[in-house]
Amino acid sequence: MMDLYQSQRAMRQMRKAALQKGVIAILDVGSTKIACLVLRFDGIDWEGNSDGVGSLAGQSGFRVLGAATTQSRGVSFGEIDAMRETERAIRTVLQSAQKMANTPVYHVIVSMAGGNPRSYGLAGSVDIGGGQVSEEDVARVLSSCDVPDFGEAREVLHAQPVNFALDNRSGLSDPRGQVGQKLSTDMHMITVDAGAVQNLVHCVKRCDLELAGVVSSAYVSGLSSLVEDEQELGAACVDMGGGATSLSIFLKKHMIYADTVRMGGDHVTNDISLGLQIPATKAERIKTFYGGAHATSMDDRERIEIGGDTGDYDRDSRSVSRTELIGIIKPRIEEILEDVRSRLDAAGFEHLPSQQIVLTGGGSQIPGLDALASRILGQQVRLGRPLRVHGLPQATTGPGFSAAVGLCLMAANPQDEWWDFDMPSERHPVRSMARTVKWFRDNW
Amino acid sequence: MFPLTGNQKPKSDPAPSVWAYRLNRLMLTPLFRVTVRLVLPVAALCLATWIYFSDAGRREAVVIAKNEIVDTIKNRPEFMLNVMAIEGASRSVSEDIREILAIDFPISWLDLDLDQVRDTVAGLDPVAQVKVHHRKGGILQLDVVERVPAVVWRTKHGMELLDATGAPVGLLKTRAARGDLPLIAGPGAAAAVPQGLAIIAAAAPIKERLRGLVRVGERRWDMILDNDQRILLPQDAPVQAVERIIVLHQASDLLARDLALVDMRLGARPSLRLSENAQRELSRIKPIYVEK
Repeated sequence: MMDLYQSQRAMRQMRKAALQKGVIAILDVGSTKIACLVLRFDGIDWEGNSDGVGSLAGQSGFRVLGAATTQSRGVSFGEIDAMRETERAIRTVLQSAQKMANTPVYHVIVSMAGGNPRSYGLAGSVDIGGGQVSEEDVARVLSSCDVPDFGEAREVLHAQPVNFALDNRSGLSDPRGQVGQKLSTDMHMITVDAGAVQNLVHCVKRCDLELAGVVSSAYVSGLSSLVEDEQELGAACVDMGGGATSLSIFLKKHMIYADTVRMGGDHVTNDISLGLQIPATKAERIKTFYGGAHATSMDDRERIEIGGDTGDYDRDSRSVSRTELIGIIKPRIEEILEDVRSRLDAAGFEHLPSQQIVLTGGGSQIPGLDALASRILGQQVRLGRPLRVHGLPQATTGPGFSAAVGLCLMAANPQDEWWDFDMPSERHPVRSMARTVKWFRDNW
Repeated sequence: MFPLTGNQKPKSDPAPSVWAYRLNRLMLTPLFRVTVRLVLPVAALCLATWIYFSDAGRREAVVIAKNEIVDTIKNRPEFMLNVMAIEGASRSVSEDIREILAIDFPISWLDLDLDQVRDTVAGLDPVAQVKVHHRKGGILQLDVVERVPAVVWRTKHGMELLDATGAPVGLLKTRAARGDLPLIAGPGAAAAVPQGLAIIAAAAPIKERLRGLVRVGERRWDMILDNDQRILLPQDAPVQAVERIIVLHQASDLLARDLALVDMRLGARPSLRLSENAQRELSRIKPIYVEK
């Protein structure tokens, strides 16, 4: 736990250094593609804007200089399974983004979808004895949260205070300076498999980059594709990626729950490949060109050449109707959405004041998905695209880039995390006490 | 699947190698890029040049090669001058010019310093102005304006011709050669030639009797008439003094009398000196005679 605290603090320092330098890269390592954006911060209002976000939703401070994507290799379910391959893919994408930006980058913020994220709600309270709440009190109440046993080989990715309560008043966003007896907080914590994070960190380090943060892609795609009132009133963002579908629930501008369904577009491709007996690349192509989630009678008449390279006439001249294709795609999509539904139910999504569901990610581009999703997830479903940010190329404004754009927003206006507050003194290790004693003994 | 050992990189892999990636990043660093693109080549070039020219033989060879190239360009027929044409100068003057310039034709006009030629020619006494230019067909053209002699200046060493400004034009062997010009004498006379000429012009009515002007003490003129009459002119406004003399002469025939000297130096008190003969005659006529 201390290690994690220190390493997260180190990453925060790195992020500050990067912002001072003005250039930072964000890297979205997904199962189908790896996207890299190079941001330049002009230092106008990237931080210190105490009353909410700044102008243009806090985006006026930065600009996208370079953008590049490459096909992802060695990543499945959002986790790295072939390090060298992933490292090469990261190198490729970084090099082309740097070339476009015409500047080298030294700091990078990475998002990851895999690693079995698990979300915990923590609560803690501390007695402050009727004085004003100071920053130290906030740190104390944050560290007083009783951390559940999340198991060995797990790492805390996020630990964000989502609510503060002072005596009987709850829903405070910033309790500092207020007077009360008892300060309590709710904290949202996400843990992931340590191995998955470490592999990712290792890959990034191998590319001569300093890590300025690791974030959950569920969180950042929610940041970019949910609009303000959805974030405020309660909404779920479902990022349908290639290897994993991540979902995050937002309430009062804070993420309160995140989870992952380990199924995505790659499984659809795989189903098509299996069902039609065609190679995966061809299946991917057919999926993106002809795929759909809702068959109409028109689709019976549309024949799709699926062909082959065997030299056998019968095999090479095969064709399927679009209805058949949709018949393969639809059950898998339904399965994913039903899984999402069950995760949302488990999280108590129905108790939120508003139950908006936003579908984003590359998988959300399947035609007819919104109709299918509203049957499974409820009526309040819409397809979301990420916010527009300065200098983002047109090719990277699609829903597949909502995690990347969300990373930009997070780099510009990061959410306070537990490690942003100084460790209260009683939690310092005993060693420092021994050091103090030693100092006294040496000097008196 | 791909092999776990050996060369894992497939042929179509778009990924840069680790070193290519690092080099790429390095090249994006502004300082490094400037160093590689500018500083290193310039330094290498300087070093190579320095090493090459540190050998005296090579240095000489380069100078020789350079001179050869310069010579071939200079000696092209377009740049060659073959003859010199002098216009507006008398024969003797143009001979002098040719002698003093001593240009051995043919010569390239890139080698010839035209300003120096002009200064040299303008330095000659008889030359008032000269224009030097080259004309088509390889001709060096000198347009000369000669000085016009206005007076003869007699000195201890001989006679000299001066123009109206007092600049020397040439030597004169005999007075008779230029009898038409007035004569001046005395040291420093050349510096006051314009004034002298004005006096001579004012004395036009007695031109037949005027022998010449003598500069006295380098400040004023004496007018010498025939039969040794001498008119002493003042330093200031000598022309007016001459005009007064002329008026006196025309009124009372002053100069025809037996006078040795008319002193006009003090304008308020002009005085005369009689010749000895006249004095004697006067004493004879007048009853009061003062013994000498």
